[in-house]
Amino acid sequence: MLEIKCPYCGRRSQNEFSYGGDATVKRPKLNKDISDNEWDEFIYYRKNPRGIHLELWHHTSGCRQWFKVKRDTSTHEIIKTFMIEEESQ
Amino acid sequence: MKKYSVFSLIKNAFNKHQDWDVAWRDPEPKKEYDAIIIGGGGHGLATAYYLAKEYEIKNIAILEKGWIGGGNIGRNTTILRSNYMHDANNLFYDHGMQMWKDLSQELNYNVMYSPRGILNLAHSDAQLNAYSRRGNSMRLNGIEASLLGREEVRKIIPFADFTDNARFPIFGGLMQSIGGTARHDAVAWGYARAADDLGVDIIQHCEVTGFDIVNGSVQGVHTSRGFIKTNKIGLCVAGSTSILAEKLNMSLPIESHVLQACVSEPVKPLLDGVVTFGAGHFYCSQSDKGEMVMGGDLDGYNSYAQRGNLPTIQHVLTEGVALFPNLSRLKMLRSWGGIMDMSMDGSPIIDKTHIEGVYLNCGWCYGGFKATPVSGLTFAHTIATGEPHKLNAPFKLDRFHTGHLIDEKGLGTKTWIS
Repeated sequence: MLEIKCPYCGRRSQNEFSYGGDATVKRPKLNKDISDNEWDEFIYYRKNPRGIHLELWHHTSGCRQWFKVKRDTSTHEIIKTFMIEEESQ
Repeated sequence: MKKYSVFSLIKNAFNKHQDWDVAWRDPEPKKEYDAIIIGGGGHGLATAYYLAKEYEIKNIAILEKGWIGGGNIGRNTTILRSNYMHDANNLFYDHGMQMWKDLSQELNYNVMYSPRGILNLAHSDAQLNAYSRRGNSMRLNGIEASLLGREEVRKIIPFADFTDNARFPIFGGLMQSIGGTARHDAVAWGYARAADDLGVDIIQHCEVTGFDIVNGSVQGVHTSRGFIKTNKIGLCVAGSTSILAEKLNMSLPIESHVLQACVSEPVKPLLDGVVTFGAGHFYCSQSDKGEMVMGGDLDGYNSYAQRGNLPTIQHVLTEGVALFPNLSRLKMLRSWGGIMDMSMDGSPIIDKTHIEGVYLNCGWCYGGFKATPVSGLTFAHTIATGEPHKLNAPFKLDRFHTGHLIDEKGLGTKTWIS
């Protein structure tokens, strides 16, 4: 069982959360020419690292806030959680 | 290779089974190969086998980081089916289904192919309509499928919840009667033995650490056991594809996720074929030992850990008990996890890459096992001729750029949400 520390509510079991995928993916800027490649990269292509992964989670059955989790994909260890606007380095 | 037969069995019985040949050699890597397959799982072994057998490339090596059959080929729930809707999937997987029929004879190894049927249950009128559409799509492609009503389903699984209290009442189901199971380990061992017999070097405990690329074409691989020269490389590493792709400066439309399965304690024969629950993600079959083999959802977060967490098992088994209330009395014997290479449209990728001589086989999501023979055959064709076989031509890597997705489940890029 993962125990995830929601930045707003504190430690809760993983049952309360849903996963939102890679948090490092950047949507191309609006109001400028966007190439097909940029869109494809944004929509389909992922780094998919083994090791440290920065990802989005949603506290679905709690405060319903989105936040970022730094987690190790090879051990499932949760290193740190961040509010969405927080610098995550 | 000495042929396995009833006579060899009797003969060896007299020697107390002390004189059986090893099933495959344990060779030292040579300096150079005509083709190298990375990954000694089902797909890698099958690819090497068909390369040697059908495409006359004899000097082949399989490099495996761990041991043969230790990855997803030994972790899956052994289901064979071709009940898809899109033509590309239908034709591809059904070619595989035809190959399964003769596989034991072909490999001279009993893969325990057992076509007892796969039944997808529907729990609403709308779902039954959707299954009817899928069944029609299968039949248009020449694949047998039949739509069953509630009473016909009851004859097959009388112990399912047919009471008025069922949260998701059974309306009917879609049956593919040639669906079924095969022994997953035997598939790996059978292909390994047959490939070895054709001269393929199966090199275990040999990790690929890098590639030698000169002017956009591959010259060899660096491994934990030294440099090996080759001009053709096939990647069959499932959940680890992104790790090797990074060494090739490629980014892929893939996420690695952990999928768990579990088996119960063995019980007397209860369930004949494979049954899938339509109101969630749960499926079940019974192994020859009598264990109920069950699986369902991914854990739902990126993982390379080959183990999952309890909430998913609990969730999957809750669905199982909703369908088969008598499962609640069984003890679970063991659960395990494997790493799925989840592609962004839920369909596989078998293609060449922008690097000459590097070929890619990945994106199998939940369903790589059933494709083992046909994936091996078409990937071997792609590697040998440099062009895709007509069956794998739609499974291009660049479909994510051109928009020709094969979005079987209508989940778009979030195949891990299902």
